[in-house]
Amino acid sequence: MGLKGTAAIVGYAEWPHVRRYTDEKRFTIDQWAELTKLALDDAELSVDRVNGIVCSEIREADMFTPATIVEYLGRPVNFAERVDLGGANPVGMIWRAAAAIELGIADVVVCATPGRPIPSNPNRGPVDPRRYFQSSSHKWGSPQAEFEIPFGNLAQNCGYAMIAQRYAAEFGYQPEALAKLVVHQRESAALNPLAAFYQKPVTTDDVLSSRMIADPLRMLEIVMPVAGGGGVVVANKEIADQCPHSPAWITGFGEHLTMKTPTFAQDLCRSPVGPASEKAFEMAGISRTEIDACEIYDCYTITVLLTIEDAGFCNKGDGMQFIQEHDLGFDGDFPVNTHGGQLGMGQAGAAGGMTQVIEGARQIMGRADDRQVRSCQNVYVSGTGGIMSEQAALILQGN
Amino acid sequence: MEFEKPLPLQSPAAIPFWKALQEETVLLQQCDECSHWVFYPRNHCPRNLGNSLTWREVSGEGVLYSYTVARQPTAPHFADEVPQLLAIVELKEGVRMTSTIVGVDPNDLKVGMPLVPYFDHVTDDVTLLRFTVRNSKRS
Repeated sequence: MGLKGTAAIVGYAEWPHVRRYTDEKRFTIDQWAELTKLALDDAELSVDRVNGIVCSEIREADMFTPATIVEYLGRPVNFAERVDLGGANPVGMIWRAAAAIELGIADVVVCATPGRPIPSNPNRGPVDPRRYFQSSSHKWGSPQAEFEIPFGNLAQNCGYAMIAQRYAAEFGYQPEALAKLVVHQRESAALNPLAAFYQKPVTTDDVLSSRMIADPLRMLEIVMPVAGGGGVVVANKEIADQCPHSPAWITGFGEHLTMKTPTFAQDLCRSPVGPASEKAFEMAGISRTEIDACEIYDCYTITVLLTIEDAGFCNKGDGMQFIQEHDLGFDGDFPVNTHGGQLGMGQAGAAGGMTQVIEGARQIMGRADDRQVRSCQNVYVSGTGGIMSEQAALILQGN
Repeated sequence: MEFEKPLPLQSPAAIPFWKALQEETVLLQQCDECSHWVFYPRNHCPRNLGNSLTWREVSGEGVLYSYTVARQPTAPHFADEVPQLLAIVELKEGVRMTSTIVGVDPNDLKVGMPLVPYFDHVTDDVTLLRFTVRNSKRS
């Protein structure tokens, strides 16, 4: 059951992640087209080979998103999906592309997540104050509008902080361990020219003395918003074997959703990435010890900690100790977020998780330059949406 | 720019809950078939999807399941509440709800601490269920 592993990532494009974007602003659909072109160029495939796309939301339309993109690209497709899993979108997009390819309904599928600002609207009216409620729905009938927003339980910081606080009460808390995680990732980001924190490592003290945002989460444990974006080309075996880069085969995946608001989680300290990862490993037929690098969705440090535990790399409650005992650098004994993660790259909105997918493929293709993991064949990638409410896992493997 | 506090958009299924809060009582739904306690209010039990739920008065007492101290406002509407003491409260019946803690020093918050309801009559029509500790100046 599951994927046979005959679809692969064959090319990708990744824009530099920058805190201040100064180039010309373009619409999401323009950005989609540019990322598609760049990723296809990377795979040395022409656009007429594309017969599938997987997208997420775009700024120019609330509905009919895939058709709007396909129309712009000028490419009729047999397979078009819009994924709605927040930060888990990129992982969710890749496995859907692989599944469509294995089913034989598409041969080349583009998955893109643009994350640059769009031109400002000259006809914009006054700002709707409800826009501050972000991912909490203020619509009539929404449980969030009725039971969350009035208390100010909004956005992401506080939800993750409450997960961390509960974890601390159940299993104990070592701020130094989470700071060490940040230090490792920022070391890798310092080697990554596409990262917002390129050549900007930090120390444990920097992390522990950074401003408290929502107890116990400090500023350097939280992603910084940036402009960026990425796109990936997934192709069938016949095409993958002819592409210039060594393919990153998509051999396993899992996805699991449990709730929207953490208040309603059955157990705040056991995240959906557990069942998702179990399925991914089972499908790929490999064990945790065979993994050469982990590209773990890292909106916050606590996300990485829970993922390391729930994905089965160590026991529940041992994650802090695990981080203390391992070198998480690209050349360490347990490489995590070898590109710097989103804590090192910055988070370009929903494109954030695509950095993890692309780095996984990059490592398998052997294209990670100064931060290449030695003989990297098996990569675990995770995606996290909402407040650890919807998560997905992916196994990528080399030839 | 003025940011009025967002008030709950009260849904038809939850009207008894909101009305009871105005009278300083807490009502929860319980499934007639499986006895499961339900929150937030709705028309179907999230355990068996049965649609026979009965409102029952409960004490509103519970424990602090988790919390955070938001040092910067979660939206400009809440700037005057900083530090916001956001909480997940687990009632004795086992349901959890989002709320804020009042009348407690942030340093005294502790996961597992017992809490009692604090009925905050924010307008003539809306009472929010916040929580505090017994014998606090707000209880």
